[in-house]
Amino acid sequence: MITIPYLTAVSTYFSYGLLFAFGQLRDYSRLLFDWWRTNNLQGYAPICLAHEDFYIRRLYHRIQDCFGRPISSAPDAWVDVVERFSNDNNKTLKRTTKTSRCLNLGSYNYLGFGSFDEYCTPRVIECLKKFSASTCSSRVDAGTTSVHAELEDCVAKYVGQPAAVVFGMGYATNSAIIPVLIGKGGLIISDSLNHTSIVNGARGSGATIRVFQHNTPSHLERVLREQIAEGQPRTHRPWKKIMVVVEGIYSMEGEICHLPEIVSICKKYKAYVYLDEAHSIGAIGKTGRGVCELLGVDTADVDIMMGTFTKSFGSCGGYIAGSKDLIQYLKHQCPAHLYATSISTPSAQQIISAIKVILGEDGSNRGAQKLARIRENSNFFRAELQKMGFEVLGDNDSPVMPIMLYNPAKIPAFSRECLRENLAIVVVGFPATPLLLARARICISASHSREDLVKALQVISKAGDLTGIKYFPAAPKKQEEDKNGIKLD
Amino acid sequence: MASNLVEMFNAALNWVTMILDAPSARAVVFGVPIQGHFLVEGVLGVVIVILLSLKSYTPPKRPLTEQEIDELCDDWVPEPLIPPITEDMKHEPPVLESAAGPHTTVNGKDVVNFASANFLGLIGHEKLLESCTSALEKYGVGSCGPRGFYGTIDVHLDCETRISKFLGTPDSILYSYGLSTMFSTIPCFCKKGDIIVADEGVHWGIQNGLQLSRSTIVYFKHNDMESLRSTLEKIMTKNKRSKNLRRYIVAEAVYQNSGQIAPLDEIVKLKEKYRFRVILDESNSFGVLGRSGRGLAEHHGVPIEKIDVVTAAMGHALATEGGFCTGNVRIIDYQRLSSSGYVFSASLPPYLASAAITAIDVIDQNPDMLVKLKQNIALLWKGLSNIKGMSLTSNPESPIVFLKLENSRGSAKEDLLLLEEMADRALKEDSLLVVSSKRSFLDKCRLPLGIKLYVSAGHSESDLLKASESLKRLASELLFKS
Repeated sequence: MITIPYLTAVSTYFSYGLLFAFGQLRDYSRLLFDWWRTNNLQGYAPICLAHEDFYIRRLYHRIQDCFGRPISSAPDAWVDVVERFSNDNNKTLKRTTKTSRCLNLGSYNYLGFGSFDEYCTPRVIECLKKFSASTCSSRVDAGTTSVHAELEDCVAKYVGQPAAVVFGMGYATNSAIIPVLIGKGGLIISDSLNHTSIVNGARGSGATIRVFQHNTPSHLERVLREQIAEGQPRTHRPWKKIMVVVEGIYSMEGEICHLPEIVSICKKYKAYVYLDEAHSIGAIGKTGRGVCELLGVDTADVDIMMGTFTKSFGSCGGYIAGSKDLIQYLKHQCPAHLYATSISTPSAQQIISAIKVILGEDGSNRGAQKLARIRENSNFFRAELQKMGFEVLGDNDSPVMPIMLYNPAKIPAFSRECLRENLAIVVVGFPATPLLLARARICISASHSREDLVKALQVISKAGDLTGIKYFPAAPKKQEEDKNGIKLD
Repeated sequence: MASNLVEMFNAALNWVTMILDAPSARAVVFGVPIQGHFLVEGVLGVVIVILLSLKSYTPPKRPLTEQEIDELCDDWVPEPLIPPITEDMKHEPPVLESAAGPHTTVNGKDVVNFASANFLGLIGHEKLLESCTSALEKYGVGSCGPRGFYGTIDVHLDCETRISKFLGTPDSILYSYGLSTMFSTIPCFCKKGDIIVADEGVHWGIQNGLQLSRSTIVYFKHNDMESLRSTLEKIMTKNKRSKNLRRYIVAEAVYQNSGQIAPLDEIVKLKEKYRFRVILDESNSFGVLGRSGRGLAEHHGVPIEKIDVVTAAMGHALATEGGFCTGNVRIIDYQRLSSSGYVFSASLPPYLASAAITAIDVIDQNPDMLVKLKQNIALLWKGLSNIKGMSLTSNPESPIVFLKLENSRGSAKEDLLLLEEMADRALKEDSLLVVSSKRSFLDKCRLPLGIKLYVSAGHSESDLLKASESLKRLASELLFKS
């Protein structure tokens, strides 16, 4: 749980108040200025009411250059960030042809498959030549190729479930699967910090939604007991079914879910468990099999395991793994399977090759090396950041590291300062995080070398000093580190 | 002593009598003097005070004890996660062993493929394969991030500019999945309280978007302009407040569920009369309709500025994946921060974006592909026009040819099974791959079911002839058995 220092909270509220006041002032003056000009809407209601995009126009546009930075190379450890300039005070940004080579701490490239890979890419190109870029058809019509069938087998074996089904997009997987499994008369209990795709899928299903405190199994138990005893709202009939939705690693906190406790509670109260492993599959666990392997949970206890291939496998798409009957039913009824174009065949081949590398079936031990390296890198980086006095969130072993910024002015300051020193970093503010809790998020990759990380630490430390985000006292420097010649302060 | 007591008693009695006989205490009601009323009033007052101060009776609140909750939890039995699996759920789709072009390989046999929406025959085109290969070598496969966080690659921006230039609109935005385009765009602009008039035959992606937007939705009869006009009339006259709300008409250019083409010129006339905005899904008409493939607007001669939002999935004529949305700058800019499928999802893999750019270039340079496609559609129409038991419901110019069952077997389930059998036999006996309608229980569309064929510019005359003959034979065998 994040506890804001009192002074920081006051200054953050004050900053937002100031920005809000200035924004309103500008809006009023714009209203007065437009009074004389004719309204050319001619009877149509405005497509966007003024208060709906207030945040975009008055706050987000000021710092727009920190987001959406285009790159012109593969999203590897080092990336070419395209420089942009603006003539109208950041309202529109234009590309230039100049690029700067920056260290990439922002892409979800956990195992380093995001660029040309010596085993995967030749096979992908072969597959492209044989099957072309797309099948132009849904899976049930003519969109299932032998690669798709092999992929589903491969994923099921890797994750540890009897069967799996693959879709072309992770977001659509959640939105299309949850309404099939649960409908009106059912109850979905989801973690308070779940991803938007889960929230959208839950809303689209028509079931009642209740929220439990983030990663707190005791609160989950209380909510479950209360809800089963009360029954459906107003009629008090018993619920048809209850589904608990949790994620493996929460992408904005870097925390790993307390899966063993949650699974035992769900077994006791006969609720179904839906685990979204978007960030954890391939990144944690001894052989990269995700949070179940790391925490020692039997995969047969988790009813539905969902994940995406965008992060650790360097491809696109999502999967659902479960029992054979479940997958058979989903293939028959899920709209994303029946109506949407199947996943692009070369992307499917990339996933198969990446899984083979991770399991060591390609004949080398690159997979084991990558897994060991990402664990080492994450733990080293987190320990060093904490020593410097930054407020870093997340558990050990998790490759996602948010650094708290809080103040809205520090968001662009930190980001621009890092870019000046050739470090590409991601900053997140409202609405992806709560209003007061803006942060910078670091994603470590297995393709980062130790020198890269040391350089990154130096740049972050300098930027952190300039913007004043070292909220905790720094650990005292040890004498041995001086002798090694690595100064880390 | 006694006399003192008596004297005191007399004095007290005198006192009381004096008080009771005091002028103010004297009450004479209707000529009858009432004595001692002060006492009665005093007693009544005390009774009133006692009654008012009594607590009213509420049954005591007894929350469930822990033991009772335990019992309830033990007694509760949930439904199984999925209903029991029946035989028809185990149907396996055909597995392709080569590219899904006009001819493909299933189980080692060569089959004619009418099930891929490969309208211009661009699957396997060498220019596309070349650009994909160079993109794969430069960028790898995935983009490893959402658009806001270093997932924007220069090919995405180039693709968006190319699409806008091709269609003649100010700006466009790319989505990473065809189905998610509509269900991310609609909730962006339609909020609770707005009014949306949609065709009843729109596909599931649009239905999901309408549901997520929480607006008031009114459906009009499939592709019926009279029904649309009366619905709009009813809305505008019934609801005085509706003049200040946002109002939208949602339609598809070529309907996936029936193959009909929306009459855009009439829709635009109605939209301007009643002041509605139009959201159009051009997935199956982009690159197909119109003289140069610019879609439904060119086909009907309507300037593209009159349509407010145009979306399309690229998994059809463009032979790649993903989707896009185009319109004026304000609309596109707003989606970049509020459209959930754009902000919270990884971006399109760069090789697919570069394939899209190449595909549009190819369409621009080779307009004869469109002519060939139109000829093929006309040929197939002629061949399928007099099948007994099935009739063509699609428009003669649409690339999706839809044969509906004239007499339903009773329930939708039986129809689905019959059509599935027909498609299976077509594959096994005649090496012909066609699409039989499939409906999910989440799909609200109630249009008739049938067999769909996607015509491609790469089909030869013999392919089309084969399709017509095979379907004629199967229809007469299967539909007139009993």
